[in-house]
Amino acid sequence: MTRDVAIVGFAQRQMKEFDGSPTCVELLVPIFQELWEETGWTKSDIGFWCSGSSDYLAGRAFSFVSAVDAIGALPPVMESHVEMDAAWALYEAWVKIQTGLVDSALVYGFGKSSAGELRRVLSLQMDPYTVTPLWTDAVSVAAIQARSGLESGTFDEAQMAEVVARSMTDAAGNDSAIRKGATTADDVLAQPLYADPLRRWDCAPVSDGAAAMIITAADAPGFDKLKGNKAWITGFEHRVEPGALNSRDLKVSESTKSAGAAAGVEGIDLAELHAPFSHQELILKDALGIGDDVRINPSGGALTANPMFTAGLNRIGEAALEVWAGNSQRALAHATSGPALQQNLVLTMEARA
Amino acid sequence: MSNHTLAAVIGVGQTHHRAKRSDVSMAGLLREAIDRAMTDAQVTFNDIDAIVIGKAPDLFEGVMMPELYLAEALGAPGKPLLRVHTAGSVGGSTAIVAASLVEAGIHERVLTVAFEKQSESNAMWALSVPVPFIMPVHAGAGGYFAPHVRSYIRRSGAPTHIGAIVAAKDRQNALKNPYAHLQNPDTTVESVLASQMLWDPIRYDETCPSSDGAIALVIASEDAVAKSDIKNPAWIHGTQMRSEPTTAAERDQVNPLAGRDASAALWKQAGIKSPIDEIDCAEIYVPFSWFEPMWLENLGFAEPGDGWKLTEAGETRIEGKIPVNMSGGVLSSNPIGASGMLRFGEAALQVMGEAGEHQVEGAKKALGHAYGGGSQFFAMWVVGADKPSH
Amino acid sequence: MTELGTLHAPLKVEFDYTRSLGPTLSGFMTGLKRRQILGGVLSDGTVAVPPPEYDGTTFDPITELRPVADVGVVQSWAWVPEPVPGQPLDKPFAFAQIVLDGADKALLHAVAVDSAADIQTGMRVRAVWADEPVGAITDIRWFEPEGDRAATVPGPEGEAVEGIIAPVKLAYDYAASPEESKFFRGLADGKLIGQRCPVCEKVYVPPRGACPVDGVPTTDEVEVADHGTVTTFCIVNVPFTGQQIPIPYVSAYVLLDGADIAFLHLILGIEAADVRMGLRVKAVWKPRDEWGTTIANISHFEPTGEPDADYETYKVHL
Repeated sequence: MTRDVAIVGFAQRQMKEFDGSPTCVELLVPIFQELWEETGWTKSDIGFWCSGSSDYLAGRAFSFVSAVDAIGALPPVMESHVEMDAAWALYEAWVKIQTGLVDSALVYGFGKSSAGELRRVLSLQMDPYTVTPLWTDAVSVAAIQARSGLESGTFDEAQMAEVVARSMTDAAGNDSAIRKGATTADDVLAQPLYADPLRRWDCAPVSDGAAAMIITAADAPGFDKLKGNKAWITGFEHRVEPGALNSRDLKVSESTKSAGAAAGVEGIDLAELHAPFSHQELILKDALGIGDDVRINPSGGALTANPMFTAGLNRIGEAALEVWAGNSQRALAHATSGPALQQNLVLTMEARA
Repeated sequence: MSNHTLAAVIGVGQTHHRAKRSDVSMAGLLREAIDRAMTDAQVTFNDIDAIVIGKAPDLFEGVMMPELYLAEALGAPGKPLLRVHTAGSVGGSTAIVAASLVEAGIHERVLTVAFEKQSESNAMWALSVPVPFIMPVHAGAGGYFAPHVRSYIRRSGAPTHIGAIVAAKDRQNALKNPYAHLQNPDTTVESVLASQMLWDPIRYDETCPSSDGAIALVIASEDAVAKSDIKNPAWIHGTQMRSEPTTAAERDQVNPLAGRDASAALWKQAGIKSPIDEIDCAEIYVPFSWFEPMWLENLGFAEPGDGWKLTEAGETRIEGKIPVNMSGGVLSSNPIGASGMLRFGEAALQVMGEAGEHQVEGAKKALGHAYGGGSQFFAMWVVGADKPSH
Repeated sequence: MTELGTLHAPLKVEFDYTRSLGPTLSGFMTGLKRRQILGGVLSDGTVAVPPPEYDGTTFDPITELRPVADVGVVQSWAWVPEPVPGQPLDKPFAFAQIVLDGADKALLHAVAVDSAADIQTGMRVRAVWADEPVGAITDIRWFEPEGDRAATVPGPEGEAVEGIIAPVKLAYDYAASPEESKFFRGLADGKLIGQRCPVCEKVYVPPRGACPVDGVPTTDEVEVADHGTVTTFCIVNVPFTGQQIPIPYVSAYVLLDGADIAFLHLILGIEAADVRMGLRVKAVWKPRDEWGTTIANISHFEPTGEPDADYETYKVHL
């Protein structure tokens, strides 16, 4: 039905504080360079460019405009931008390839969360009339969600601690991770509560970063000269939920469930889930019906680095890395956006001989 | 190679654009457009598969990614929702993304909407927040574009009253459009020339207003059109987007390459060999009057340096050879994030034969055009009364 | 050699947004002004506070508003150990979802208690009202444990509240790119330092993290002159919020001798009406003791008195 499209290149940078401009051009330039080396392509092989970023993260209007410089966009390029995580930019690019107008795309995202006070900036995502005037910060909203799950018995503190411990332990070998190192659930539980019921380690660290990915149709003119492996996209879906928190059951993720069902989660052996808070991984796992035989976030996931507006794309990239390495035959990647998992995206991919 | 299917606009809805729509919230503003578009398309939210929304910078309304809180007003819960932001071209880019969801064979019917509620803040402020270390000489969009208008006048040798001709024409056209913001029956070339010089060489009456407004389109697949009772859809014959950097050594800022490339690709895609002969009318993004002749050249309706001659000869009036901005254009209504989609939607209304008093008689093929940033982001489409034949 | 970090400066993004409300929210805010909380009746008959403008299932407008109590039960909550500016309390407190008596869907608001040990799910709380409500969600200052005070009696009906003012005050740490930082540091020494793109060899002033044509950082340093040519310009004669230069002023693209790209600066020392394309200008530096790492070290550009540059020499820079 759909046109066969593969992920053929991925590069990223994640860091605690990026000492550079909010346009992140300085991060994007070497990332693009890495992609050219990795794929053997040049910018003339790219049919479409699409990025994801946020003006409010940068603190100025049109923050994405300067990022176009990193492309070297003369002669001009076919290009678009979403004010969303770059995972949705990837979706727009994938759709563009499906129309047949273009054959390949380079997708990128960037964000310097450390430029402002992230959890406060994110309160501008709430209802501007009845909620934002209270400056309901993102950590508080997630903590309310966690408590509703804890007190209903949907999950417990020990499970949350296991998620944190596994993530930090797995991230030990990930150069891009910020918070990492061998950790046990007891270590986690020994930490004091911060935003009760959350501990600091239950919350993703404030992270800066950028990432980029190349996807291509199998019948793209430059396909045969590509170096390296391919991860073939088998499903790509996303859904949103109501904005009013009180109209959602925060213990579950209906939008992830329906996106997952539409994308097809059968047979996956690996899942990269974008859960900026530990309890959200448990909610997502449940929504996707992921069994215990599926490896989750071998990269360490968002709990170990969560650069806003690229962390979702990073999940897709990390899953692709595992497929390329032969560590996964069929992988699922997930991205989230908005307060308390309001909007969710699911992409499935597979290795092919 | 792909599942490319034809797509068409089957419903158009817009708000009454005003300086301050103090009678509605942001959600209410959007819904005025959405409800009209869905009524026009004879559909309900149940028929919509996905929603694509666009608007210009979040700083204008002070809400980060407002589509999240607006999900219910958009009828989006349970469905895919995309938020596009490509500066001033965003209204056009948003419609193109929506069209691509249908053309790719992914969805049957997509609702797309663009809005701006400029009265929530002040665009001059939002666009001129001082950047540390550099000179605070920046003065909003007018201040940005005025030097390039001066360059155009120098390069083309155009008489200095051309901008006033455009402004007077568009304001007169707006009187035929009940949705237009400015309704000034007394605007003439003379009155424009007599208005205050704001960003020399741009006069007050040659600038766009600041508006609250929204527009929504329903875009459907060929199959969905066939199953509907819609007899006059606007078939999408081609869509193109091009971008280039804001500043680069020796970049042509008067006649940007991105716009030339986009239009050349668009004409090819739509099977058009001579745009001025084959396009019946055009809705072109003209926020400052002089951009009409500039874009006529950029789009290939005239040779470089000759665009102003079409304007001066009256060929861009509704009864002219290439009518431009029959609706009154951006010069008469400018809800920034929606302005591009208004051009796309007004082009659709023309080929649907639903443009009312500002209808171009017998319009079969129309151009919708938007640009943004420092004349660097371009989005455009051609719509037709008939299915593309090539 | 120690690599200097990039230049940083505080950036404030502050605006008092004026929000018109429309019928549903206007009803809610008008109620708050008289200390009455109104819920919205949803399509399934349940009552939500605040009333959503559109139903989450049918997406129809919510038209029926119903009074609910200003006391209710905590449904879920989060401790806020480090409040941020703008939150209802400036000492640690809880955000909670509170189901008010008469409502089904919870209101998100603050609860003032001394510690996380003093709040639990199921606890009854009551609204603490502002002394002079204006018709905003902040008219409820916060909630507190219910106690045994008498119920709030709504005030008399007044004029409808049509809008709210929503201040958004954000503080950012702005950083220049490494290339720009070199440029701004050069200015502190009275120098204009550009960089050449290693691919196209164009000289960029200021230098760029990426040559916009080739996508590679500009590299070789080139000092350019502090005089050049006005390529094009605008006379700004419009006042606006945040403006820093008195009007009218001339904002011009100045192509410095030795550079391949013009940059914006201010032209003085000549009547605005006499400024023209091709005008030769030179930098007028502020007194040295006022210099910093900013382009504002150059107060403005003024005419050199040389003959105007020929159009052919700068026409590709328009």
